[in-house]
Amino acid sequence: MRNPLFVATLVVLACATPAAAQSADPNLARNIAASCNGCHGTNGVSQGGIPSLTGQSKADLVKKMQDFKAGRTPATVMPQLAKGYSDEQIDLLAGWFATQKP
Amino acid sequence: MTMQRREFLKALGAGSIAASALGGCANAMRSGPKVVVVGGGYGGATAAKYLRLWSNGALDVTLVEANPAFVSCPLSNLVLGGSKQLADITVSYDGLTKRGVKVVFATATAIDVERGQIRLSTEQTLPFDRVVLSPGIEFLYDLVPGLNNAAAQAKVLNAWKAGPQTVALRQQLEAMPDGGVFAISIPRAPYRCPPGPYERACQVAWYFKRAKPRSKVLILDGNEDVVSKKGLFMKAWNEDYKGIVEYRPNHVLMDVDVATMTAKFETADDVKANVLNVIPPHGAGTIARQAGVITANNRWCEVDFLSFESIKVPKVYVLGDAIQVAPAMPKSGHMANQHGKVAAAAILNAFAGSAPNPTPVLNNTCYSFITDKNAVHVASVHQYDKEKKTLLAVPGSGGLSPGPTAVEGEFAFAWAKNMWADALT
Repeated sequence: MRNPLFVATLVVLACATPAAAQSADPNLARNIAASCNGCHGTNGVSQGGIPSLTGQSKADLVKKMQDFKAGRTPATVMPQLAKGYSDEQIDLLAGWFATQKP
Repeated sequence: MTMQRREFLKALGAGSIAASALGGCANAMRSGPKVVVVGGGYGGATAAKYLRLWSNGALDVTLVEANPAFVSCPLSNLVLGGSKQLADITVSYDGLTKRGVKVVFATATAIDVERGQIRLSTEQTLPFDRVVLSPGIEFLYDLVPGLNNAAAQAKVLNAWKAGPQTVALRQQLEAMPDGGVFAISIPRAPYRCPPGPYERACQVAWYFKRAKPRSKVLILDGNEDVVSKKGLFMKAWNEDYKGIVEYRPNHVLMDVDVATMTAKFETADDVKANVLNVIPPHGAGTIARQAGVITANNRWCEVDFLSFESIKVPKVYVLGDAIQVAPAMPKSGHMANQHGKVAAAAILNAFAGSAPNPTPVLNNTCYSFITDKNAVHVASVHQYDKEKKTLLAVPGSGGLSPGPTAVEGEFAFAWAKNMWADALT
């Protein structure tokens, strides 16, 4: 934790490389998934009435989102929201929820 | 200690040393970084919760809140209609306490960003490394002179912050004789909860239709047209509530004569009502003004949409209805919940010496109840645009309900249950 080289590297990274700001956030999947939590529950564990997202495989979640996005699954809100997420974002959020504990 | 927690502390430690090497952040060195969140509504409560959740409990988070419990503005119109009680939309702050958030019931009175201190109404002073303001709104009663005193405000209610005023307005409606007029005045956009006034008209009409069928609901809109869910609301007023609801656009309120319960407008004729409900023009909550973060139109706070940090005052983050919104972004509780998470992630990155996530995505789903059971929604998704440096609604995404249904009513109640848990437990 107090490795001076590690700290020095971080200081340099934080101060000297604007390129670091361009790269993907290390918590990108968590952050995208968090936009779903409001309705589906924190970490995808619902209080009821709206499906939980945890406990499902990544493949199942991706398929469900893509079916909403393509209009293959009729629903109230989800076809409209799914169209706002890129395929990459859908992969990332599905991967995140698939690894959360129900 | 879990792996995650250890790694986070490592990152925090490095961040603190990096910061102190650059000449600041002494608090972070001694006892772990401190964040104070002012305002425990949808935005602030969510930010406080996620700062604890995502730091695995490593961050020192204090929530300053004036009210003893959270009362939801969404669903509060159902209390006016009589199908819900205030208790149904009230949630304790105990869940956040269990999460390790220090909840302080007080009002923030002054913020000294240079010294990293916030003063409270209790005379207590709290130190902070970052401060999050989720102050909600302040009513600009000086723009409605006749209402610019406490006695007038007790008679002509706003009920635009859920709580005692919601109950008081319900009592006024109950006391009103059949054949009376309820009038609601809507300020010019942007205002808190775009569809809220129209939902309120529906809920009051739903009550009148059953209990006082000769009564009227007058919507006196300061805007030139219905601001949100127009087709859906117009259909309800023309069908379900035909003969009860009347919509009048271009009614910019200039003053109110409380003695005669008369509303006066810029161009339209005066309107007298038995129960007059004025949503006054409003801007960011008081503490935002004191903190110097109001930068737009002398009302709202402009933020960097990657972090929700004020564009004017570093280390001060602003959430919810108080911000100058991005295009097509409503001032809604759902949106504030999303702001809270983006800000929490950005603050944790800042403590670790990293830039905010360059590609935030936020969504919004607003339900409005047409009857006690049937609801409609509007939904949208907002992605960050690098060139324009703002959040933009994704073309082709989002939309409205085709019409009110009980299925959507059930979803609306489930939305509330999940949203309250996401913000407050």
